[in-house]
Amino acid sequence: MFMALTLPFFGRATGRNRLTSMIARRLVAGLLMLLAISLLIFAGLNLLPGDTATAILGQSATPAAVQALKLQLGLDQPAGWRYLHWLGGVVQGDFGVSLTSRENISVALWERLKNTLFLAGSTALVAVPVALTIGFVSVRFHGGWVDTLLNLLTRAAVALPEFFSGYLLIFIFSMSLAWLPSNSSVQVDMPVSARLMAITLPVLTLVLAVLGHMSNMTRAALLSAQRSSYIDTAVLKGLSPMRVLWRHVLPNAWGPIINVIVLNMAYLMVGVVIVENVFVYPGLGQYMVDSISKRDIPVVQGCALVLSAVYILLNLFADAVALLTNPRIRHGT
Amino acid sequence: MIDRRSFIKGTGAIAMTAAMTSSWSLSSAFADEPAPPKKGGHLIIGLDNASTTDRLDPAFWFESWMYFTGSQLFNALVEIDDKGEIVPSLAESWSSSEGGRKWVLNIRKSVQFHDGRSLSAKDVIWSLNHHRDEKSSSPVKGYLEPVTGLAATGEHEVTITLGEPNVEFISLLSAVHFVITAENEAFEKGIGTGAFILESFQPGVRMLVKRNPNHWNPERGHVDSVETLAMNDSTARVAALISGSVQIINRVNPRIVGRIEKMPSIQLVRDKDSQIFTLPGLANLAPFTSLDGRLALKYAVDRQQMIDTVLGGYASLGNDNPVFPSSKYFSRDIPQRPYDPDRARFHWQKAGFDGPLVLSAADAGFPGAVDAAQLYQQSAKKAGIVLNVERVPDDAFWTDTWLKKPFCTSNWGARPTADALLSLVFTSNAPWNESAWRVPAFDQLVKAARGETDEVKRRQIYHDVQVMLVDQGSEIIPLYADALSATRKNVRGFTSVPGVPLSGNRAAEKVWLEG
Repeated sequence: MFMALTLPFFGRATGRNRLTSMIARRLVAGLLMLLAISLLIFAGLNLLPGDTATAILGQSATPAAVQALKLQLGLDQPAGWRYLHWLGGVVQGDFGVSLTSRENISVALWERLKNTLFLAGSTALVAVPVALTIGFVSVRFHGGWVDTLLNLLTRAAVALPEFFSGYLLIFIFSMSLAWLPSNSSVQVDMPVSARLMAITLPVLTLVLAVLGHMSNMTRAALLSAQRSSYIDTAVLKGLSPMRVLWRHVLPNAWGPIINVIVLNMAYLMVGVVIVENVFVYPGLGQYMVDSISKRDIPVVQGCALVLSAVYILLNLFADAVALLTNPRIRHGT
Repeated sequence: MIDRRSFIKGTGAIAMTAAMTSSWSLSSAFADEPAPPKKGGHLIIGLDNASTTDRLDPAFWFESWMYFTGSQLFNALVEIDDKGEIVPSLAESWSSSEGGRKWVLNIRKSVQFHDGRSLSAKDVIWSLNHHRDEKSSSPVKGYLEPVTGLAATGEHEVTITLGEPNVEFISLLSAVHFVITAENEAFEKGIGTGAFILESFQPGVRMLVKRNPNHWNPERGHVDSVETLAMNDSTARVAALISGSVQIINRVNPRIVGRIEKMPSIQLVRDKDSQIFTLPGLANLAPFTSLDGRLALKYAVDRQQMIDTVLGGYASLGNDNPVFPSSKYFSRDIPQRPYDPDRARFHWQKAGFDGPLVLSAADAGFPGAVDAAQLYQQSAKKAGIVLNVERVPDDAFWTDTWLKKPFCTSNWGARPTADALLSLVFTSNAPWNESAWRVPAFDQLVKAARGETDEVKRRQIYHDVQVMLVDQGSEIIPLYADALSATRKNVRGFTSVPGVPLSGNRAAEKVWLEG
């Protein structure tokens, strides 16, 4: 969706200027996006049935208790005023306090964000090289049994839903073999080795989830670049197949490959609630879902803002890298 | 006859003597006495119903995770023991006079809070008033509504005056929320007198505590540290227990209990009758306005099938009676209503209700509610009753469906007294009268029982109360569900407290780790 914003013509500007001007435009557009997102989320949460007071009290909600709690939480103020008040804080870097736990949201959010980044980063560190290698090997042996086998395995991995592969891994590695812990509850005071041990199974589950998509897209991008006539030239020149792939095919395939990697990174940031739940991992997704069910609007907005910002920045990064790696875009057509 | 005061003083004294006698002499005196609790070790517990919105303030304890973690830091005035009796905790003895209108509590001396302050009557007043505040939304505010006076009548004496007599008032104080913190202190700081001291509290993630070396009760607090993890996924809890990364879990899914029970490293803890599942029908709407309509629906439910199918057999038959079998006033002589399609048909025709009845079901009402509703639909069909099951969302269930739709699903946990649940849900002006069933004669009985000092008479009144609910009430209570917890085999000292799961929420301080 962000591609549309990135491809306006930039006239005769030089490569570096084009890059900076693109980044500047995109950052401004991103800020506007964030504003729109926060407004949409606030409106959406206000449309949901029930409010924070009834959601917290649940079955124990008597009219008197609800009224008392609403006063305590400041929910007697008009919605528009509450939104502006929140926005005023955010502009000054203050996410406010949680409606329900009175915790400072910035502190809690940062803790959770670090955990999510750690999980997503570790997954990417494993998944990206493996996916690239699989894609590369598939193309090198295109049509052969290695290609078919890799295709079969990666597609199977994509087809497995995460809650299933997660439980399967728990069953094998924690319950049957007892090698790895089934709960990944990481703590601030944990040594790095214990942390890595704790997240091994969720990382494996997530790698299975994103690997197929990334390797298949790498393979497709490489194959389509391979069909160009300059590749025929390179082959006719007598270059070895590896060299053709490495020097001539890959540089022209980077754009789509990086795009799919970044899309998957974005997914790892925002779409891992199920994995967090199965492995009891204290990430941002769980925090946000909890807060939605309790209608804790400032927390949901804080989470959404951070996740949207990450998403926008990742996309910006993808486009910038595509620009840098593709000489044709860089120098203008 | 021994009066209540001297009797309770007596038991308190026995408990103290037992506590002061060293465990060595006890174990040597009785050869087959179990080994004394082993000290030390790190206990890890995985519980559900945790949320990032949890708070240490007991006025905001709504679910099992907070009940259990809060009870590690704080003590209440009284506790419930393994036999369901009220026993001393921070109140070492108590007495009532004026027919249950005036209560005097003697607060235990030389008890220290975690920060070194000593416990006095003032702390008790402060902590109880926390729930009485006008602005409070505490779930136990109603228990203290009859209180007209709450005063420190001595350094270690608290006097409570009630507007109307309640001979069981002391039992209400065993509710998990009535814990004590130091005067003028916020509960959020976690400063209690409990067996464990707060190290870190991360709502929705975990709580870590270490043993309180100055704890007043030498029989509690055996492990060095306790970690309570938020594990809302039931499969994740079971997997963690089997793989040994936690030692205690709660709410085992009844469908897999059979498999867990066979595992050599795991023991199942079955707390019988800890919760009722209810199907309240609004008595001010047809067909519930007619007694025949209510009876037809009571005969049309196949209770045993519901127990076997929805709960894997881990429940016992309910008789539309909200008094729990663990209560001393439970009437065992009321005949169990059978599943009888013919009688249901007879009453349904007499009620003359035409048009389908809609049952709004969500698992938020009770786990397995949607399945139960579908079973009910089938069994009612055989009696010619058309019951349409409407599946409603869990989200906002308690706001939009419960108390609003004519027929829905709900549940209640066991309460400290029979009266607590009756006056909370079943009397005319009860705040959560979920069936809108309002019968003045019933209210009279409940009120009379509350103030009746004669045990025999009170038993008779409660019997009449239960007969009335079984025969006329507008709620179907098909079953009493068990609470199912499980521990690793090396966890010892985990006892079952009637009506309160996880050893009365105090498993952390009661258990020790063997080997």
